[in-house]
Amino acid sequence: MTRKLVIKEVLASLVSMLWFSVLLFPFMVMKVNVASGVAQIRFRWAAMPVIAIAAFVLSFLWRRALIWNEHRGDKLSTSSPFALARAFIQKALSKKPVRRTSLLVLLALVAVYPYALGMYHTNIMITALIYVILALGLNIVVGLGGLLNLGYAAFFAFGAYTYGLLWKYAGPAFVSAGINTGWIFWIALPLAGIIAVIFGILLSLPVLRLRGDYLAIITLAFGEIVRMVLQNSSAVTGGATGISLIPRPWLFNLRLPPRQAATYIYYIVLILVIFTIFVVRRIEDSRVGRALEAMREDEIACEAMGIDLVRNKLATFALGAFWAGIAGVVLAAQTTYINPDSFTLWESIMVLMAIVIGGTGSIPGAIGGALILKLLPEYFRPLAQYRMLIYGIAMIIIIIFKPDGLIPRNRKKYTFVEKVAQDGKAEVQA
Amino acid sequence: MPLMELKNVCTFYGNIQALRDISLSVEEGEIVTLIGANGAGKSTTLMSICGITSIRSGQILLDGEDISHLSPHKIVSRGLSQVPEGRRIFPQLTVLENLDMGAFLRDDKELVKIDLDEVFEIFPRLAERRNQPGGTLSGGEQQMLAISRALMARPRILLLDEPSLGLAPIIVHNIFEIIKRINTERKTTIFLVEQNANMALKIANKGYVLQNGVIKMADSAEKLLQNAEVRKAYLGL
Repeated sequence: MTRKLVIKEVLASLVSMLWFSVLLFPFMVMKVNVASGVAQIRFRWAAMPVIAIAAFVLSFLWRRALIWNEHRGDKLSTSSPFALARAFIQKALSKKPVRRTSLLVLLALVAVYPYALGMYHTNIMITALIYVILALGLNIVVGLGGLLNLGYAAFFAFGAYTYGLLWKYAGPAFVSAGINTGWIFWIALPLAGIIAVIFGILLSLPVLRLRGDYLAIITLAFGEIVRMVLQNSSAVTGGATGISLIPRPWLFNLRLPPRQAATYIYYIVLILVIFTIFVVRRIEDSRVGRALEAMREDEIACEAMGIDLVRNKLATFALGAFWAGIAGVVLAAQTTYINPDSFTLWESIMVLMAIVIGGTGSIPGAIGGALILKLLPEYFRPLAQYRMLIYGIAMIIIIIFKPDGLIPRNRKKYTFVEKVAQDGKAEVQA
Repeated sequence: MPLMELKNVCTFYGNIQALRDISLSVEEGEIVTLIGANGAGKSTTLMSICGITSIRSGQILLDGEDISHLSPHKIVSRGLSQVPEGRRIFPQLTVLENLDMGAFLRDDKELVKIDLDEVFEIFPRLAERRNQPGGTLSGGEQQMLAISRALMARPRILLLDEPSLGLAPIIVHNIFEIIKRINTERKTTIFLVEQNANMALKIANKGYVLQNGVIKMADSAEKLLQNAEVRKAYLGL
């Protein structure tokens, strides 16, 4: 790095220092007290150097970071400790026994989690895992199909309300018949998936011809319409008060105190997560999944290949909606209370952010993104008032320095092994 | 009976008429080319045949059956496959996956495998690069991939839209040789839309000249190559 460059950066940082000092002056230095109807301005000059120095240092660091980011791809850094560690992990994971053992260890850790850490952490983890299901589902729509869906929370709501309404209207019948109300959960689970799928298809019908921004706006509107309908049809859905006292799932007739109940829900959601990962992986590797990816890349070429775009889009929305419906039922079972406020645009955006941060189209990315977005804020509760600030800053940093996400999609590689068969003919294994 | 026939096809974009009473026919086993300047309606003709842009009047017959109002995927399933203009390969999918997408409608896995080997034999370059994302290929290789992808549907008639677009002359030459080879070896009927009239007419049996959405001339390729008007307007001689 040349001296000239450094001087240039220092000068630029000085400029931003001045700029920030002026900008923050009214907020940080001037303090207005209104005493007996007269405004008195007190100047806190001590804040001035703090702002100036902070602005200068941060601006300088930011510039350095941007320059580093621009040039870090220039040379193949095979010798940096980071790259070595990654290469080591990749090599280790390429061996089957290692992969299997680490998977087992991970499963064991996940299985003892509620016993090791108690109910508070278990409940947080359940919420996070619900988001994992949501993120994996939306990943099909956004990551594979390339259709930006901002109304995903609506399908989440369909799931939760399927369970809630089923409880509200069929619950008394269950009670009078002497059947454990926990059974309703198991009826609601597949039913919610089906209902979400039906609504997913209904939504995709009007948006078949839309792409990009237009699709985003329509889905956004859809999400809000659903929430408004739930909120305003109070006769059916309970309106803004929602539905309460939703029973916890039945499990071998056990009447569980809240602590164990959380543990059971934890295991149920865990199994659902594993099931989701399994199915989503199968979809991704299948021809249908590849057709979805082809649709993301080029619609006209898709049509020329004989791929039915209409069916493809319906399938995308339906597949995505299914998982949201399932996640909704689990949410209702965990919180035992639902109201429309749980399904705002913010929820849709959170799930979308989880995917983008994790790496669009990547399954580990979606899981990681959802866990980070849900777990970190919980554990930073002491910093509650700065939470959104940290959130925003973290977001910007990730988008600038890791635009592909934290765990970018590693498209499946088929190794090309050419081996000579006995008859001397080259045989190719893909 | 011709394999593919267009009868008085008219296509509009909004109020603008792009094709005016286009009639042409392609016999089985032939190479037929449609030449014309920019904006003559060549690509529109092709998109109309494939069902991607809908026609307002007229008929498109494949094997004597009207396909003009079928959806694109149904048309493909009847044995008509196209190489779209500008190649339009799937950049993030690997070469192999691109080819697999070409065979999307086929269930006969064994035969698909044979076709795959055949395609790799025609284009050895693609075999070398089978695991590379399509977007990392060079322009010529992408054109090869686009043609192979269309061949993977095992079409009876292959529609090519300007395969020479943006390629170096030597590669264009190469591509046209392969098109001829596909026609003779695989007995695939070919309908070729081209701006490079010289190359197209040299490999074709029959040619049509399109001008402002109207067919101006229709003749055998040899005669068109000799025709003074064509030579002046399209061959620059």
